[in-house]
Amino acid sequence: MEPILELQNVTKSFGGLRVTSDVSLSVAQGSISAIIGPNGAGKTTIFNQITGYLKPDSGKIFFCGQDITELNTRDIVTLGMARAFQVTSFFPEETVLDNVRVACLSQKNKTRNLLKGVDDFKDATDQAHKILSSIGLEKEADRPAFELAHGDQKLLDIGIALALQPKLLLLDEPTSGMSPDERLLTRNLVKKLWKEFNLTLIFIEHDMDTVFGIAQTVRVLQMGRLLAEGSPEEIRNNPEVITAYLGEEVL
Amino acid sequence: MKKSLFNKDIIFWGLFVVVFGSVPFLKQSDYHLMLANSILIWGMFAVAFNMLFGVTGMLSFGQALYYGLGAYSVGLVVKNYGPSLFLPAIGLGVVLAVITSILVGLLVIRLSGVYFTVLTLAFGQLAWQITFRWYHFTGGDDGIQGIMPSGVLENHTVYYYFTFVLVILAIWFLRRVANSPMGLVLRCIRQNPERVRFLGRRVRRNQLRIYVISSFFAALAGGLMTGVTNSIHPDMFYWTTSGEVILMAVLGGIGQFFGPFIGATVIIIIQDVVGARTEYWSLIIGLIMMVMVLGMPRGLVGEIRGLKARFAPGRMSRG
Repeated sequence: MEPILELQNVTKSFGGLRVTSDVSLSVAQGSISAIIGPNGAGKTTIFNQITGYLKPDSGKIFFCGQDITELNTRDIVTLGMARAFQVTSFFPEETVLDNVRVACLSQKNKTRNLLKGVDDFKDATDQAHKILSSIGLEKEADRPAFELAHGDQKLLDIGIALALQPKLLLLDEPTSGMSPDERLLTRNLVKKLWKEFNLTLIFIEHDMDTVFGIAQTVRVLQMGRLLAEGSPEEIRNNPEVITAYLGEEVL
Repeated sequence: MKKSLFNKDIIFWGLFVVVFGSVPFLKQSDYHLMLANSILIWGMFAVAFNMLFGVTGMLSFGQALYYGLGAYSVGLVVKNYGPSLFLPAIGLGVVLAVITSILVGLLVIRLSGVYFTVLTLAFGQLAWQITFRWYHFTGGDDGIQGIMPSGVLENHTVYYYFTFVLVILAIWFLRRVANSPMGLVLRCIRQNPERVRFLGRRVRRNQLRIYVISSFFAALAGGLMTGVTNSIHPDMFYWTTSGEVILMAVLGGIGQFFGPFIGATVIIIIQDVVGARTEYWSLIIGLIMMVMVLGMPRGLVGEIRGLKARFAPGRMSRG
């Protein structure tokens, strides 16, 4: 099957610092995979380039067979890619429902409408409620988003991305800042959403239980380079990865 | 939630129609009618301005450009071609404002934050300079006096109800916009423009849309105002006009849809009451603004609603 996402020799420097160094990878449709690596390895920078937020200096990025290297974020999102953020990104003053509903409306291309009320869009509203129940925030629907606990805000961020009905969903550290209990719940939730919404899912993560628990493929970045790629078992036993990142104590 | 929103709107509209609808019956002189008319027009101007500032987060310091454009369109057309063209001239004013705001908007919206604010101010001041210097066309510093609408609108009461209906339509329209999907996107742009891009929306395109809509109503306000004061002068383009509409919005509360209308009402009444006793009325406005910004940052309507929420039973459990 044709890969849904392909990076060919993607390279990016900030000044003299190479943050992405000749990265090539190919992501299979319908897969769930993780990107790991030490802080500053260039994980988020890769996401930024995939989503058109940063342009690579050289190399090509293909999404669903289409060259998206030169496209801007807005167009890439329209093609069916969505993202949740490491530092949670949402609309703090809007209700939890409206946070998701604005994404539903955007996906349905209804945001140019300026005379109908938001409530008049029944399908977008229903869909937003459905997503809120999927991520377990239905009870909080009418609260302003800033009132949510941090963990719930992370989930809301994912919910907003889901509402865009993406083919490819990128999650940047979905469990960061969570308690161990929350992490377990989120891990199971991410896996559930992946199946429920027929997604291709790539996530960046530091929590190894999450990485090895749900990823089919793990890619390791180090200093902008793709150090290794393989099944969780292969990565766990890769000596290079162990010295570079995992360390002996993990095993 | 939905129900309470509905109730709040009903309260505003009820009060609005009763108070402003009855002014022609209760007035003691034409002066009161003029005062109420000014409040209506400035209230509309302020609500439209707040769609830009309070809703979308774009602090334009140059809305006087469109207010003046609306006013001068009417003034110049009536002076040169006669009062029968008063209404078409208002239409001309808003059309010119739409065209100008698209052109200016394409330039200024590239900038954000304080740079946007300063650039809008620069465009406003440019228009003021041109009006001020171009004496034989604009009347320069003297402005133009004796601008009257023709026909039935010559009657002050008829003109008053004419603006009353237009202002109702305008505010009703803006309320719809605020509650629409586009309104939601605009609020989201204020809170997190980056995320809006990641929703697949064009931030600048939406900013331009609301800039044009807001400027349309600024020009309508300027045009309608000429029928109240019967004169135009370059100060309508001056930065103090832009500043005044900002004050109204902030005083009433930029987080509240109807807040700026209340702000306009309060400021115009203060100007009138204090202005009758001392020429230092702007000092009083300045003091009030200082108290507001320091003590009641959410504006009159925002603070009152905050108090209500605090003492309302049932809200407490929410924490």
